[in-house]
Amino acid sequence: MSNTTTQTDATDTSQNIVQMNQIPADASVRAESPLYHADLKTVAEQGTQDAGIVLQELALLDHLVLRGSVDNAAFTTGVESALGMVLPANLQSAEHEGRVIRWISPDEWLVTTAGGMGFELEQQLREAMGETHFAIVNVSGGQTVITVEGADAEEMLKKCTPYDIHISHMPVGKVVTSLFGKSQAVIRRTGEQGFELVIRRSFADYCWLWLQDASGEFGFSVKES
Amino acid sequence: MFYIYCPYCEEHREEEEFHAAGEAHIPRPLDPDACTDEEWGEYLFFRTNPRGLHHELWVHGVGCRKYFNITRDTQTYEIKETYKIGTKPQFTRAEENA
Amino acid sequence: MTQINRLPSGGRIDRAQSISFSYNGKTYTGMQGDTVASALLANGVDIVGRSFKYSRPRGIMAAGAEEPNALLQLGATEATQTPNVRATQQDLFEGLVASATNGWPNADNDMMSLVGKLGGRAMPPGFYYKTFMYPQSMWETYEKFIRKAAGFGRSSLESDVDIYDNINQHADVLIVGGGPAGLSAALAAAQSGARVILADEQSEFGGSLLHSSAQINMLPAADWVKDTVAELSTYDNVILLPRSTVNGYHDHNFLTIHERCSDHLGDRSPLGKVRQRMHRIRAKWVVLATGAHERPLVFANNDLPGVMLASAVSTYVRRYAVAPGSKLVLMTTNDYAYQSAFDWADAGREVVAIVDTRTNPDSECVFVAKSRGIKVITGTAVIEAKGSKRVTGAMIAPLNETGDQLTGDAQLLECDLIASSGGWSPAIHLSCHTGSRPVWSDEAVGFLPGDTIQKQLTAGAVNGSYSLDACLKEGTEQGLAAARNAGFEVEDVVMPVSAPVSEGKPMALFHIPHSKATSRAPKQFVDFQNDVTAAAIELATREGFESIEHVKRYTAMGFGTDQGKTGNINGMAIAAKSMDKSIPETGTTIFRPNYTPVTFGAIVGRNCGDLFDPERYTAIHRWHIENGAKFEDVGQWKRPWYYPKSGESMQDTLNRECKATRESVGLLDASTLGKIDIQGKDAREFLGRVYTNAWAKLAVGKCRYGLMCGEDGMVFDDGVTACLGENHFLMTTTTGGAARVLSWLEIYHQTEWPEMEVYFNSVTDHWSTATISGPNARKVMEKLTSDIDLDGEAFKFMDWRSGTVAGVPARVFRISFTGELSYEVNVQANYGMAVWEAIMEAGAEFNITPYGTETMHVLRAEKGFIIVGQDTDGSVHPYDLDHGWAVANQKPFSFIGKRGMARADCVRPNRKQLVGLKPKDPEAVIPEGAQAVNDPEQAIPMEMLGHVTSSYYSANLGHSIAMGMIKNGLNRMGESVFYPLADGRVIEAEICSPVFYDPKGERQRV
Repeated sequence: MSNTTTQTDATDTSQNIVQMNQIPADASVRAESPLYHADLKTVAEQGTQDAGIVLQELALLDHLVLRGSVDNAAFTTGVESALGMVLPANLQSAEHEGRVIRWISPDEWLVTTAGGMGFELEQQLREAMGETHFAIVNVSGGQTVITVEGADAEEMLKKCTPYDIHISHMPVGKVVTSLFGKSQAVIRRTGEQGFELVIRRSFADYCWLWLQDASGEFGFSVKES
Repeated sequence: MFYIYCPYCEEHREEEEFHAAGEAHIPRPLDPDACTDEEWGEYLFFRTNPRGLHHELWVHGVGCRKYFNITRDTQTYEIKETYKIGTKPQFTRAEENA
Repeated sequence: MTQINRLPSGGRIDRAQSISFSYNGKTYTGMQGDTVASALLANGVDIVGRSFKYSRPRGIMAAGAEEPNALLQLGATEATQTPNVRATQQDLFEGLVASATNGWPNADNDMMSLVGKLGGRAMPPGFYYKTFMYPQSMWETYEKFIRKAAGFGRSSLESDVDIYDNINQHADVLIVGGGPAGLSAALAAAQSGARVILADEQSEFGGSLLHSSAQINMLPAADWVKDTVAELSTYDNVILLPRSTVNGYHDHNFLTIHERCSDHLGDRSPLGKVRQRMHRIRAKWVVLATGAHERPLVFANNDLPGVMLASAVSTYVRRYAVAPGSKLVLMTTNDYAYQSAFDWADAGREVVAIVDTRTNPDSECVFVAKSRGIKVITGTAVIEAKGSKRVTGAMIAPLNETGDQLTGDAQLLECDLIASSGGWSPAIHLSCHTGSRPVWSDEAVGFLPGDTIQKQLTAGAVNGSYSLDACLKEGTEQGLAAARNAGFEVEDVVMPVSAPVSEGKPMALFHIPHSKATSRAPKQFVDFQNDVTAAAIELATREGFESIEHVKRYTAMGFGTDQGKTGNINGMAIAAKSMDKSIPETGTTIFRPNYTPVTFGAIVGRNCGDLFDPERYTAIHRWHIENGAKFEDVGQWKRPWYYPKSGESMQDTLNRECKATRESVGLLDASTLGKIDIQGKDAREFLGRVYTNAWAKLAVGKCRYGLMCGEDGMVFDDGVTACLGENHFLMTTTTGGAARVLSWLEIYHQTEWPEMEVYFNSVTDHWSTATISGPNARKVMEKLTSDIDLDGEAFKFMDWRSGTVAGVPARVFRISFTGELSYEVNVQANYGMAVWEAIMEAGAEFNITPYGTETMHVLRAEKGFIIVGQDTDGSVHPYDLDHGWAVANQKPFSFIGKRGMARADCVRPNRKQLVGLKPKDPEAVIPEGAQAVNDPEQAIPMEMLGHVTSSYYSANLGHSIAMGMIKNGLNRMGESVFYPLADGRVIEAEICSPVFYDPKGERQRV
């Protein structure tokens, strides 16, 4: 097909989908995560001792949304070969070599990988799957990850989400999309006392204020990203 | 506050995660242009308002974003079942089977 | 002040800790462990309020949630004011400041009491309906007076200083009530490993056991309570919530619990600590062990201070070591109340007599009383309390066996305390919340919980099982059953036991006859909070109110903050009797949430202040703040509205921003527009079905404006969609419509056309969008990119290109909402700020001017571009907007909206149509919403032609402009219409094309 664009980063793939490396080649261009303005570095320096809650933004990871059918072997095996992980089933997640894949919906998964690696991963996935029906969308600029850890993490998160996060109901690795205050988050249990939230960029300030407020009575500290 | 079993997530979730999207089982006419005004009006505007079992379309909006159906008793608010799009309800009102 | 009524020993108070508090401006002393009520009684305070209608003095009647009279206004400072707190439920703390809620200006000496004496005539039932509803215009005037006289407290005028909290809980078994039944249920359920929550409204678990003299497992009941609570607290799977009232039982076993975390600690909560918390509980199974409220008997002057519930006397004596008087007359219809007389005697006070309404009670307790030398008068009732501000005596008279007639003359017993017990009313409130109809039980002499579809069990007194051994047994059994039903097994449970007591049959008696007819006897109160008397209920039934629900509304019985906990059953019994019906025939009213009043703080939790509602920010938000933007709310987004410079009025700013954009270059943060990534081989076909216009031939690299309609043919969103690849599109939506459009696409894909191979994903937050607009836009872009050919022929209007802008990979769209040469630069949002700053820097030499939504609105209005939701309202189809060019009726698939637009009403003549409006006075800006008429002199009602949808002053054009709906407007070009305004002015405007500026669209195409 005719290539009307001149930019080499924007690639027409065999699926007739435009893929684009969205990370500047010039590393000196300043990137601002959704919580950049909160100046978490300074907050981290002022942290409480013996905090019941430890918060950390995992800023500037690359986020890819994967869409496809589990009944489509080209899709499932393609994902498996590119990621080295089997697609997790309902409400499950998997981790491999720094990449995390989370079930979002029967035909949707969220993959996070190190910042800057998303373009390459998307290429690998597209190559592995060929011309079958699927979609991959880069949403790295649209969301961020916050980890919530500590002895009081679970108690604090009960103020944030109506989902039953008790370990008997939400063991390590389980992932759900639910409400977070009046916003929403993808919530994953990463350990007995550890959780991870994926939140949308435009709601990040609200979610962060909420976390600080809800953590107040336990004492909290912030780890630098 | 309902507690709704999402047939896609395969577990119960709080009502706050869902939105009601009207009556279930109202297919779009395959050829709208061939519909009379009356037929089109029926599709567009007319809905049942039963006392008792009612089939409703809901979406797990803050969750898996999938639409599905609920059979709900409008008197007791009891949810008898939830089922995926394209499947049939197990529970129906007597006149539905007539 | 000395605590004249404090007993020298006993009680669960800590005598070593004396507490000073203020009530109605006087300072008193109580003890740690007191409630405000027990401390006031200890200090001999008799009057704690004035009644609602008649302003009669009222005293403390009960010891728990059912207390109708002792309502407090709490708070030492303005910011900590809390109304409607029951003195019987408020723990005492050092420095507590309270005043009586009822009683204006003060409870002891009330100006309104004069009204009170006249009140019998002045305020019959239905008073409000009869008097104040007409004329309706006067209601507001009356209301102020009545509300003030009613004295139901006031809220703070300042922000609350404390932290409130909501928390979500999930339990396998929720047990409501921590008395004998609740504790034994918790103990049983806890051992199963189920997740158990036990909630009780009191400061300590134990309920009636805290003042009981009974034994459990051969131990004093209070010791068993202590051991049980200690054991329960060792379980990881048990959450114990004292001071926590389960206030609402909602659908599917969702319950709300109001926990008062630090109300007992001080006027303010300790720093950083939560004052009150609302638990939102989803429970697999619920055990209601809510107990029962003692029912007072209705007799003349039964509202005098010094008339109490029998169980309250026991509670004050045994739990708080307070004897509120010296000489007791106890009237009872049952065995249980005898204990109050024994407790009173044990406290060393005089029991004048036990007046038992039963003719021949042969219960064990009667013999116990006699053996203790207490006088028992049977077949007799207290018909009237004597005294003015405090009981001085009880008139007693013999009663027939059925309790409806006196059989002899009355005599006076001197006393200062009358305790009464008409038996128990099971606390069925929560059971009622679920929609279950209560069922009358002759045996229990009360309403019991009815059938329910909820996963609910009941145990103890709420079931009408009033004896201790029955409560313990049912509690254990139901606790086990609940755990089992929730999927948890337990093998052996040791059931706590208490020695059974032989019981005599209680008498079903509610209203004590007087020697005068009810209507002539001194007032016999049923509902103390709303001053509803037995006579008023009889009057209501005589006036023809037969349904108990109507009687309730006519008399206001049960409408107080106590919801008629003490009065409702008596009221129903009186209504039934006066209509010659049985109680089951008459039925009962239903209790609704909440069980006791809940503060707004607890409901709101942390959803206040900055967290009231999410504020959504773009990646450029910090820059907007630093550059002085005023913000506008668009949905939850905060969008820059305009950027005033010092000394500028808003109009000055708009004029400057508009002119700069038209004459040189402006910059808009357009990141909030909804963006949906669409991939799949059927993407193009799908677009054709949901948009009204054609998509089949849109080439890669091109963009197109689309209109989206509902099935009814009415416009509901619009936006530009770009063809990124043959199977890949990027749709933009209005800012407010983003979520709705995505749902719209999904509902059709999931329910109608699941076979179509397409995926939709929101990328709104992923892309940061900066729109460079104005004749110098290309010059700015030239400084920012070297790999995009910006030549007007190579990169045309409605094209998109990708390349590097300010060093960042970007997609650039040549689309325009201003009518000027425009480049929408989209970059991954983490780089949005860097690119924005680079654009500002590159544009500096052209005086690049950031503009907000208001300038955007003016500029687009100059071009006649619509805003869906402002220029449309759900009743407007594309042809009404003169957007027929965007409807492709020849498309093979009958797209959404096509059939709807063809309905008779949509094609009739004289529909309202969107047109431009040019005011004859160039300075006059027609208010948006103003209605057009043909003839401002026409007699009212004038013919309305349609309203103004958008209206601005255009600095570029030098005159005001507007758009609006006008009937048949598209065929009335050049004609005048008139806008009569509320201030008497009439603005004349000419109907014209809405495209006021650059009608050929040359500027955006350069």
